Amino acid sequence: MSVQPETLKSVVKAAAEQVIACAPELTALDQAIGDGDHGANMKRGFEAVLGKLDAIGAQPLDEALKTIGKTLVMTVGGASGPLYGTFFMAAGDALSQSRSLPEDMVEVFARAVGAVSARGRSQAGEKTMLDVLFPVLETLKAEAGNPALLDCVRVTASEAVKRTVPMQATKGRAAFLGARSVGHVDPGARSSCVLLHAVCNTLEARQ
Amino acid sequence: MNETVGIVIVSHSKDIAKGTADMVRQMVGSEVKVAFCGGNPDGGLGTSVSLIIDAINNAWSPKGVVILVDLGGAETNSEMAVEMLQPEQRNLVVVCNAPIVEGAVMAATEAAGGSSLDEVRAVAEELSAG
Repeated sequence: MSVQPETLKSVVKAAAEQVIACAPELTALDQAIGDGDHGANMKRGFEAVLGKLDAIGAQPLDEALKTIGKTLVMTVGGASGPLYGTFFMAAGDALSQSRSLPEDMVEVFARAVGAVSARGRSQAGEKTMLDVLFPVLETLKAEAGNPALLDCVRVTASEAVKRTVPMQATKGRAAFLGARSVGHVDPGARSSCVLLHAVCNTLEARQ
Repeated sequence: MNETVGIVIVSHSKDIAKGTADMVRQMVGSEVKVAFCGGNPDGGLGTSVSLIIDAINNAWSPKGVVILVDLGGAETNSEMAVEMLQPEQRNLVVVCNAPIVEGAVMAATEAAGGSSLDEVRAVAEELSAG
């Protein structure tokens, strides 16, 4: 596998630190249309990931992703635990089956997004993290080989977050609010965007 | 002793989970194994996959276990907990689509009569069908 342990560690560290730094913002978004625990839950989960950073860095990439996923499942405490956990565990599973990064990025990402969709029984357009993950998957497909791919991913993710504002939630806690969920950024979409930006920024800096 | 289907109650609040379990025990006695959990891994409102796995094991019966949940994250975390069980346990645990308090009481009443996992689940889920 072509991802070096130091790259893996720096990406995981940056992603975790960014989510932790954004916890107050995520909580504020979730207080508007959810139960206000998304920031605290993500912070707890990614602090646990940071605590295992050395172990994660010492693992092959597929096992490292599974460790991240399991750690989130066991520590987040809200629906985002199984959802993000499933993303990383499914990506790890895909890599275990003779896939490698970055060559098989589209397929690995597709498997991970598909697993999240199945876990949440949710599709695009329902005001969830999938409304960032699906558009990013499309960008990964469309821009494969583009030297500016990382920038394309960032732009796609940021724009996708904005597009959740007029959406009405039909899944998750926000679904109880019905039409009142319209007019707010979805917290899960925002946390996905934060993670993707951190990953892209770190990979770019190491290029 | 005749085995009965076990009941697990998963709420975001430990108080709600415990209160529901107390009601079940008062109404159907101690012949049905009832376990409960609530709270996130820090003890705040939320649910914890590892606590749910513990509760499933505490209520374990060879006839299976039904789980009653309150809101979204409790359901997702319960489904995750079931997937993380040993394969031979996994097929004997179901998450019911039913209101937590009424579902737990109805499921426990049905289980006390020696009903199967499918029968217990069906009785709890009838509450949502109406």
